[in-house]
Amino acid sequence: MNRRESLKLLALALGATAPGALTAAGCRWTASDAERAARQAESARAEGDFSPSFFTDEEYETARVLADLIIPADERSGSATEAGVPEFMDFMVLDRVAMQQPMREGLAWLNAWSRERFGDSFAACAQAQRMELVEAIAWPEDADPALAEGVAFFNFFRDLTASGFWTTEAGMADLGYMGNVFVHEWTGAPKSEIERLGLSEAPWETL
Amino acid sequence: MRHIVNPDIYDVVIVGSGAGGGMAAYVLAQAGAKVAMLEAGPMWDAAADGDMFTWNYTSRARGASSKEKPFGEFDGCIGGWEIEGEPYTRAEGTEWDWFRARMLGGRTNHWGRISLRFGPDDFRGYSLDGLGDDWPIGYEDLAPWYDKLDRLVGIFGNRDGFYNEPDGDFLPPPAPRLHELLVMQGAARLGIPVLANRLSILTKARNGRVACHFCGQCGRGCATGSNFSSPTALLPPALDTGRLTIVDQAMAREILTDQEGLATGVSYVNRNDMQEYAVRGRVVVLAASACETARLLLNSTSSRHPAGLANASGVVGRYLMDSTGASVAGIFPQLVGRAAYNEDGVGGAHIYIPWFGQDARRDFARGYHLEVWGGRDQPSYGFMGGIHTINNLFEDRPRGGGGYGMQLKQDYRDLYGSVVGFSARGEMIARYDNYCEIDPDATDQYGIPVLRFHVRWSDEEYRQIKHAQEASRQLVEAMGGEVLTPMPSEEEGYGILAPGRIIHEVGTARMGNDPARAPLNAWCQAHDARNVFVTDGAPFVSQAHKNATWTILALAWRTADRIVELRNAGAL
Repeated sequence: MNRRESLKLLALALGATAPGALTAAGCRWTASDAERAARQAESARAEGDFSPSFFTDEEYETARVLADLIIPADERSGSATEAGVPEFMDFMVLDRVAMQQPMREGLAWLNAWSRERFGDSFAACAQAQRMELVEAIAWPEDADPALAEGVAFFNFFRDLTASGFWTTEAGMADLGYMGNVFVHEWTGAPKSEIERLGLSEAPWETL
Repeated sequence: MRHIVNPDIYDVVIVGSGAGGGMAAYVLAQAGAKVAMLEAGPMWDAAADGDMFTWNYTSRARGASSKEKPFGEFDGCIGGWEIEGEPYTRAEGTEWDWFRARMLGGRTNHWGRISLRFGPDDFRGYSLDGLGDDWPIGYEDLAPWYDKLDRLVGIFGNRDGFYNEPDGDFLPPPAPRLHELLVMQGAARLGIPVLANRLSILTKARNGRVACHFCGQCGRGCATGSNFSSPTALLPPALDTGRLTIVDQAMAREILTDQEGLATGVSYVNRNDMQEYAVRGRVVVLAASACETARLLLNSTSSRHPAGLANASGVVGRYLMDSTGASVAGIFPQLVGRAAYNEDGVGGAHIYIPWFGQDARRDFARGYHLEVWGGRDQPSYGFMGGIHTINNLFEDRPRGGGGYGMQLKQDYRDLYGSVVGFSARGEMIARYDNYCEIDPDATDQYGIPVLRFHVRWSDEEYRQIKHAQEASRQLVEAMGGEVLTPMPSEEEGYGILAPGRIIHEVGTARMGNDPARAPLNAWCQAHDARNVFVTDGAPFVSQAHKNATWTILALAWRTADRIVELRNAGAL
């Protein structure tokens, strides 16, 4: 298969799963899940007295704004800050020395660039201005090579935001992760999924 | 050296509590022997000390790995490629990463439970292609012990009758996961065989152990003891005899010998008080792991054994092997936005791709197998890292990959569980020039001289991994997916990992009928010290592409039976 054909397939697959379709397909995102996620977000907010150990105040504010631009709240789950991502980052970066320089220099780069463009730190800018800055560094293949440092930082920060968000209870519920439980009987993949993909069951006897 | 000497004299002293040590203890204690077992690490109980069912969000690090825990913070294995205070060195221009476990059960706490028998061809590589050496035994010699092992420990699989993959006494295998069925479909298009995996995980209760509950967390230590590790399956019945004494935190220094060159016991450093101790025994069984066993033998010099115990041949430490390894991953459009359900399954793949190229023209010796990974497992630190190199494959991304906001959030949901990968594990040829020796200039924190490694891949291994890369990439395409990383170049060694990374090291004290060419005889007994036996991976003459544990266990059982036989005959 050549790359062009493969890409077409991928686009088709995405078309089949427009936002919302996944929930209907059996994500089992129930009212109680939503309620639990909301409670968690609430308690994260209530911990407003968190004071970062790695980040300076300005860095922390920048990180919070940036994380929520990367993962905002929607009808299925809260935002990155509601899930405690900035607190998670503060711990991880403190714990992983190799991440300290990329984080510190990246945030400094962003704020310096923001001041240059708009005369204010990233967090102090208007949302439209922040979006303009992020748009310029969020798409590695389409970014101005002069912004390579910012692009590399944004890739790093996006990954860390995802680690912090999707590993929370709310993040796992959003994804529909249903494991980590005692299973009495292993039944394999659902018939509906096997049929949807045009696959066959194993030709050997199974449990 | 002065030792605090244990007043007891044991029938057998075993160094190591992993697969080889656990099996030797199981057999010998049940046969009536009084056994002392030294373990360099602490006692460890999966039910009390393990992290099965721990949610990653209960930790601030979300399950992230570290130098101390290379397989994640909740992994059940204490150890790694680097251990504080226990260095090793490498000769210039050579590679070797040495993974060691320091805990009860050793590395049986770390492994995929992939339990493959070596097949007939795996014992006679030299006869088939002129490389390395043949074993002094054949498959038929070991088969009875593989059979006993299957029944004792439990293993699932399917009787496939496949070339060089002997069937065992199998429990029923679990049905494949969705992505594994996709692999089977793609493989069928290429004529690549796929078998049910063969894992030592109980799908039915056996010998007082309960069946698996499919949480996929074997690596964290199974609280119900449903997977195999030395402490779940071997040490409890050995301890039940009342004849096994386990000495933990005991870092073995050397094997003590008498004037005739026979072993009299083992000296060790107690890690709790850093004092020197000695435990005496009539027979010494080394099961410290291939390289630690070589280190012990080489450090046990005496007037009778000036080059080290069992080393008259000079090949202790030689013919060191690991599996070759490389991985390829792809993204699969059919799996994007798939349904949510629990697919944890057993702690490993439910399918296995055996070596399939034995009849094809090829430019390398021996073979490899492919291990399959993927699925919607518990999100942990690193979740969908590098997504900008994955979502750039969508046609509706005019600006390429990466992004942010609502579209990105939906991408994570849609892409979760849509990546499937293959890890090749191949056979390395045994070579005299790949070896470990005592570094004359370095000791560890216990004052014990450390190992210096000299290992290089040869063209055989590079060409083999090139083939595995190409085959894996074809497989991804045949499944309708897109490979995520470019083919590594020749300069990059085709993506081969450093030797030692696959943690299948064997071969430092090989078996052989000729005492001039092998430290051990066909019963894993030292040619030049009849009361010294080895039951870990050191006796292997060749590595096969197969995970070594099942053969270590079968060979250890056979060796232990031999010890009983010799002892009963008055020959020990």
